[in-house]
Amino acid sequence: MGLHHYLILSALLFAVGAAGVIVKKNIIAIFLCIELMLNAANLSFVAFSRYLDQVHGQIFVFFVMVVAAAEAAVGLAITITLYRNRRTLNVDDADLMKW
Amino acid sequence: MLDYLWLIPLLPLAGSALNGLAGKRLGSSFVTWVGCGSAGLAFLAAAAAVLDLVRAAPQNREVLISYFTWIACGDFVAEAQFLLDPLSGVMILVVTGVGFVIHVYSIGYMHGDGGYYRFFSYMNLFLFAMLVLVMAGNFLMMFVGWEGVGLCSYLLIGYYIDRKSAGDAGKKAFVVNRIGDVGFILGVFLVFATFGSLDFAEVFRQIASAPVRFPAETGVGLLTAIALLLFVGAIGKSAQIPLYVWLPDAMEGPTPVSALIHAATMVTAGVYMVVRCAPIYSRSEAALGVVTVVGILTAWLAATIGLTQTDIKRVLAYSTVSQLGYMFVAAGVTAFSAGIFHLMTHAFFKALLFLGAGSVIHAMGGEQDLTRMGGLRRYAPITYRTMCIAALAISGIFPLAGFFSKDEILFSAWAGGHPVVWAVGLATAGLTAFYMFRLTFLAFHGPERFGDDVRHHLHESPPSMTIPLVILAILATVGGFVGLPPWMGLGPNRFAEFLAPALAHAHRPETHEISHSVEFVFALVSVLAALIGIFLARYMYVGNPAAAGLLAARARGPYTLLYRKYYVDEIYDRLLVNPIVVVSREMLWKGIDVGIVDGTVNGVGASMRVWGGLLKYVQNGLVRSYASWILTGAALLLYYVARMRG
Repeated sequence: MGLHHYLILSALLFAVGAAGVIVKKNIIAIFLCIELMLNAANLSFVAFSRYLDQVHGQIFVFFVMVVAAAEAAVGLAITITLYRNRRTLNVDDADLMKW
Repeated sequence: MLDYLWLIPLLPLAGSALNGLAGKRLGSSFVTWVGCGSAGLAFLAAAAAVLDLVRAAPQNREVLISYFTWIACGDFVAEAQFLLDPLSGVMILVVTGVGFVIHVYSIGYMHGDGGYYRFFSYMNLFLFAMLVLVMAGNFLMMFVGWEGVGLCSYLLIGYYIDRKSAGDAGKKAFVVNRIGDVGFILGVFLVFATFGSLDFAEVFRQIASAPVRFPAETGVGLLTAIALLLFVGAIGKSAQIPLYVWLPDAMEGPTPVSALIHAATMVTAGVYMVVRCAPIYSRSEAALGVVTVVGILTAWLAATIGLTQTDIKRVLAYSTVSQLGYMFVAAGVTAFSAGIFHLMTHAFFKALLFLGAGSVIHAMGGEQDLTRMGGLRRYAPITYRTMCIAALAISGIFPLAGFFSKDEILFSAWAGGHPVVWAVGLATAGLTAFYMFRLTFLAFHGPERFGDDVRHHLHESPPSMTIPLVILAILATVGGFVGLPPWMGLGPNRFAEFLAPALAHAHRPETHEISHSVEFVFALVSVLAALIGIFLARYMYVGNPAAAGLLAARARGPYTLLYRKYYVDEIYDRLLVNPIVVVSREMLWKGIDVGIVDGTVNGVGASMRVWGGLLKYVQNGLVRSYASWILTGAALLLYYVARMRG
């Protein structure tokens, strides 16, 4: 198992996540896809850290996790507010901010 | 006191700031004390400074103090400096002295006016600017004062802000003065280009010490160019042909303003400048000729217009223009001290005439038309007597102030070899006496040509107005004694001797002595001309009141020509103002401004609108669409980076 195996898996996970963000309408599903993208990046970090025998990548993973946690908190708050106001989880229904 | 020279101009400036900023809130008695107090203190300071100057030996009577370097730029250095020599000494005494008296007069005249604090603030600001002008030690400082007095003149002409005519007159004065100022600043540039300095002392020293470079009798050359350019400024400021048209209109301002700015001080700035630059003018025959011709023509034409005007202040305005012409004649025949002498005596009697006219207008409740006055001597005796003294003084009756100064000018013209100038000047003196006494007789003698409602509240003015009249009347009486001519046998002309150090660098042409008895005859002739004018006026307006109307009817053409002021305003409108207005409106405004400037700006705006209208649809509010854009962008960026690496 070389570095490229990890990178290919990471790229696949990232692509799945990105595709999900674009095609999914349910806000929870979009959320999950974002988490998937973040963790795909984490996988790359860890793989490079191991490959280069440096600890930097693993430290970055911690940062990404912290950011992901904060983002989850804000995102869920938005989700709840959206549901309370509009009785929906469909992001296409929240389109007031436009021309 | 000489160490505190800066106090003299700064006192009025402080007064102006105080009144302008806080006067409205602190009430009129505060404004009065600050306004008149600062002018009075400035006068005391000026008097103390001049007293110190007189105590010094004649060759030491020049104090030049630099306070700081105002501009330093390469070779060009301009110091903020004040110069006190006999010439500026006389000027600061006249400016602060007459200025203070007129400030006191304004207490009564402007009483109860809504803009009382504004009026005194402007008047003090004017004193400051005028003092900077006359105390300037270099051309640039002089220009600062020159523009400052122009601004104050504009503000005070348009003082009655609710009258459109006042605003128009202010604009006219401002625009006409700008034309002159262009010449003045070009002259200053040329001075710097020629001498590498703007200091009076340095420039005049170079001229006086380099007779080869600036030969005395050259008709054309740099000095002539400088002199003529500076004279354009003087023409504008001192209301000479062809730029005198603003001064009669300037009578829209309050009467104390007319007395202070448009008679006694500001309009004489041009004369002062020419005399200050005597070393330049005296070395250019051509420039002297221009100054003389412009002066004498202005003196004559303005006096003839003054014969027929019926607005009391306009008569005085044309008289001022005419007298300023005399002063330029004096400078033109290199009798510089005589010009300043006449400037000083004129300040006394013309200020008095204006203040007297103001007193009449005040008594009549705003009426300025001479044909609706008459018999006022019974109602305003002090005004009447002081006006008579002023009229005698301006007519040049011995021994009042105007006699000595005007006679000296006329005699200098003759002695300088200009008999035609002398003859026209003499005739103008006769006209002056005539129109002055026409004014006096129409206003104070004869039948009363006003209604009972006016008669009902006719009154002599309050003491705050009559005391200044009396002070100025005394000055107009004895003011000439400082410069008694040599032919009276009381020694040489003291005034000319006092001024001599300031004119030391001026070029003196060879003069041959003319005996005192000849001078005496000339004096007699000029008094005779004045007396003829007075008796003619008496005959036409007191003895035989129908004569004036008969003459006007008989000589309808000339009369109308004079009454309409030679149609100069109409000609200027036709030839200059209207073409400029048309070009401005049709080409500059509708063509260039609306078409090109506005068109460009609006075009940029409109194209932004079109593009924005197209691009706004990107902003569709759908989160997933934004995510797609981000993804596309990131992918393109990655692709680009990969390409650059590869």
